[in-house]
Amino acid sequence: MQTAILRTEDVTKVYHTGAVDVHALRGIDLSLYEGEIVVLLGASGSGKSTLLNILGALDRPSSGRVFFRDQELTDLSDAALTEFRRDRVGFVFQFYNLVPSLTAQENVALVTEIAEAPMTPAEALSRVGLSERMSHFPAELSGGEQQRVAIARAIAKRPDILLCDEPTGALDSKTGITVLEALVEVNRSLGTTTALITHNAAIRRIAHRVIYMADGEISRIEENPNRVAPSEVSW
Amino acid sequence: MRALDRKLLRDLRRIWAQSLAIALVLGCGIMVLTLSAGTQRSLTETRAAYYERHRFADVFSSLTRAPRQVLGEIARIDGVMRVEGRVVFTALLDLENLKEPASARVISLPASGDAILNVPLIRHGRLPEALQQNEVAISEPFAEANGLVPGDRFRAILNGRKRELVVTGTVLSPEYIYTIGAGALMPDDRHFGLIWMRDTAAAPVKNLEGAFNDLSLSLSREANEAAVIAAVDRILAPYGGTGAYGRDRQASNVFIDSELKQLGAMSTVLPPIFLIVSGFLVNMVLGRLVALDRAQIGLFKAVGYSTRTIALHYLKMTAGIGVLGVLIGWAFGWWLGHEMTQMYTDFFRFPWLIYRPGAWPLVISGVLGIVAVILGALRAVNASVRLAPAVAMSPPAPPVFRHGLADGLGHTLGLRQTTMMILRSIIQWPGRAAVTMFGVSGSVAVLVASFFSFDAIDLINEELFEKTNRQDATLVLSANLNDSAVIDASHLPGVLRAEGSYVIPVRLSNGTKTRLLALQARAPEATLTQMLDTEGRALTPSTAGIVLPEALARTLAVAPGDTLRIDLLSPPRESWLVPVASVIRQSLGQDAYFDRDTLFQRLRQTPQVNMIHVEIDPTRLAELQARVQDTPAIASFTLWQNVRDEFVALLSESIVSMTIIFSLLGMLITIGVVYNATRIQLAERAHELASLRVLGFRRSEVGYVLVVEQMLLTVVAIPIGWLAGYGFTLLMSQGFSTDVVTIPVIVTQRTFAVAALIVLCSALGAVLLVRRRLDRIDIVSALKQKE
Repeated sequence: MQTAILRTEDVTKVYHTGAVDVHALRGIDLSLYEGEIVVLLGASGSGKSTLLNILGALDRPSSGRVFFRDQELTDLSDAALTEFRRDRVGFVFQFYNLVPSLTAQENVALVTEIAEAPMTPAEALSRVGLSERMSHFPAELSGGEQQRVAIARAIAKRPDILLCDEPTGALDSKTGITVLEALVEVNRSLGTTTALITHNAAIRRIAHRVIYMADGEISRIEENPNRVAPSEVSW
Repeated sequence: MRALDRKLLRDLRRIWAQSLAIALVLGCGIMVLTLSAGTQRSLTETRAAYYERHRFADVFSSLTRAPRQVLGEIARIDGVMRVEGRVVFTALLDLENLKEPASARVISLPASGDAILNVPLIRHGRLPEALQQNEVAISEPFAEANGLVPGDRFRAILNGRKRELVVTGTVLSPEYIYTIGAGALMPDDRHFGLIWMRDTAAAPVKNLEGAFNDLSLSLSREANEAAVIAAVDRILAPYGGTGAYGRDRQASNVFIDSELKQLGAMSTVLPPIFLIVSGFLVNMVLGRLVALDRAQIGLFKAVGYSTRTIALHYLKMTAGIGVLGVLIGWAFGWWLGHEMTQMYTDFFRFPWLIYRPGAWPLVISGVLGIVAVILGALRAVNASVRLAPAVAMSPPAPPVFRHGLADGLGHTLGLRQTTMMILRSIIQWPGRAAVTMFGVSGSVAVLVASFFSFDAIDLINEELFEKTNRQDATLVLSANLNDSAVIDASHLPGVLRAEGSYVIPVRLSNGTKTRLLALQARAPEATLTQMLDTEGRALTPSTAGIVLPEALARTLAVAPGDTLRIDLLSPPRESWLVPVASVIRQSLGQDAYFDRDTLFQRLRQTPQVNMIHVEIDPTRLAELQARVQDTPAIASFTLWQNVRDEFVALLSESIVSMTIIFSLLGMLITIGVVYNATRIQLAERAHELASLRVLGFRRSEVGYVLVVEQMLLTVVAIPIGWLAGYGFTLLMSQGFSTDVVTIPVIVTQRTFAVAALIVLCSALGAVLLVRRRLDRIDIVSALKQKE
């Protein structure tokens, strides 16, 4: 039986904006398993990002519980959640979120300097195929390269979970594929559990499982026994 | 109300803390200008009114004795308006509340009626009645210090006999706003007073019936003062005239002049720093505020607002902040100026206060303030409104960083990436870093320049009372006595050691530059009083020539080796040409010095004394004081401990309040600059800092980026501020030094350290205030903002 690395129980999220309450999540029960790649698919506003933020301890649920292995995250203090992110989670965002004043290598070093047992920045960058571009500033890199630096930065700490929010959203398909290849390669070689948000249905083909979301709920979960390599995906 | 105006009000409310910080710093600059210019002007006017209403004389002279007919001759000098001859002398007093003797200057009033010149202002009671031999009016400060009121009686030693006098009233005089006793350096209201007596009572004491020994005169508007003085000197020479002088040499007036000059220095040296710093700060902050509104500007243009309307909108917003700052500055400047003038009025004992700060400081500071903010806004508005709407609405292109200095530094020192972020940010935006550093170093400079006054006072204190004047007391003799009087003095009870001194009035001239002053004879073996060379080491009097204080040498434009002309203003009334032997350091007073034996050889006299410095056994002080009161040969007795106490109290009072104000302002500038710089940092880097939190950085580690960048700039700015502060100290010392007071340029490590510490704490406080906001940042929404 597969071990759940992240688990949610009846998680809801309500945003109080002025007079209206926005129900972003309505009772999510979900498990992410060791070593799998999960794609969360859904339209804009379906609650994907909110769920990812809660899984990554960037946000707290309004109700329900979140577990990392046997530890309940929902009870933890702000400082403890910071430690959780620091040691366990890697993030990749649509707009890379690199620090513009640091080079590729330095952006990765930012994380390796505070992580427990990181790989070297050079190793992390070579895993995403950027050994040659280490001393470039973000502004000197293409979008795809920047996103690969972000992936290198996310995996350099050898995280247990890698959470990617629309990692190819700002990229053309060719560049997007190189980014996906980097993610799949990391998952294969390091066994990092990877959750990937997208509204691009084609990408679901690289996942072990696909979770469909709509209106703050999981509408269905699909197993994908016929995974393909990113190079075979096109959009 | 139009939508844009409504937006303006809401924007101002949203950024109220930053607006207030800008307005406060701007207000500081405006306040200082209003305050110091206003105080100086008000005091000058108050004094002028006092002088005019109480007919303060224009020319003064003392003499030995001249018959009253001579007054007629003087009145006929071209340009002389009023003339008054008086009898003036010093007397010892025996006051019940004092163990030690006090002394007083006795000044005669006409036999009946009011004085012609230097008219006393009656505060309580009345002037003595004509023909009343024992009635006196006394100076108000002296009366207050000794608890004397009209009707009280006290004893004075007049002509060797103790006489009981009745106080009829207390008065103030424009001639003695600042009162210093013979042989003293500082006012001492308890031990030195002024006594007004009718001429019929005063003249017989000195056998001056039908004569006078003190002359005052007033001049007509077109009179030539120098010519009048020369004529007076000519007329009085046979009568022992010691040289006439104008208001510019009159002791009380000179001291007030120097205080006003010091205020002037404050109002010219310091306010520009505040105005410039606030100008830069306002410029920087408003620039950033407008730049952050870039997307909105694009939107306004997209929906059809004209560039002019938009520019005007932002100018209105910044003018609002400017107006607030100007109003704050005016209000506090006006109020503090009034308090300050009041303080000086009490201090100088001006009988009333005319607070008339005048309009120009208000106008100038107001215009400068508004211009500073408008310029700041124009720059940014100009940059933003020029963009095409589509460009303006999209976020600005990310800054392009380059390899450089930071790489080498980071590599060599093995710096963490968060530190690299700080270094690269500073290098990327040097202008912004420069403004912060300029503001902080300005603060340090202001603090150093303010605290320096304490160092200067300490040094003067040490040199004046520990090195130069080491005697416990000084006895001023009623007349010149043979040198053997020193031996008599050493036999007075409690006297451990006595050293004689001789003072003779002279005029020193180098070409057209002349000064009236006292020439002191110094014995080489004297140790109770000493001269210090320019390095602060003890110096023995030279047989080669005259020794001058630095300030006097500067006034007369002479250096060692040059020749000076000395006119003796008492017998034998000769003129000598004498070389300047050396120049000494002397913070207070303008006396010149001569070797005793050389002087008396030139005078062809046996050595004489008219002043005796003594070292006292403190346990027998009371005994000595009692004896002094019974010794007619002693005209006054000065305890140096009292002088020292007065000195400290006097300087502290006038300087401490200014120092406190400037220190507060210095702190405020740092807080304003650093707070705003940090707020800008936070606004621009919120996304980046939120990213760090996502990566698992702790609050403290993210706060490090914000705090350390500002603190680093602060630390680097401190030495620059020290240097600038030292420069201001030079200016202040020049501005504060007058003929009678020389302010040494000395800044101790303590001052540098205190200034740095205050600025560091202020900066840290300001940064931490902003850091609290960082803690409240919502990571998720901060990340979203970019998208």
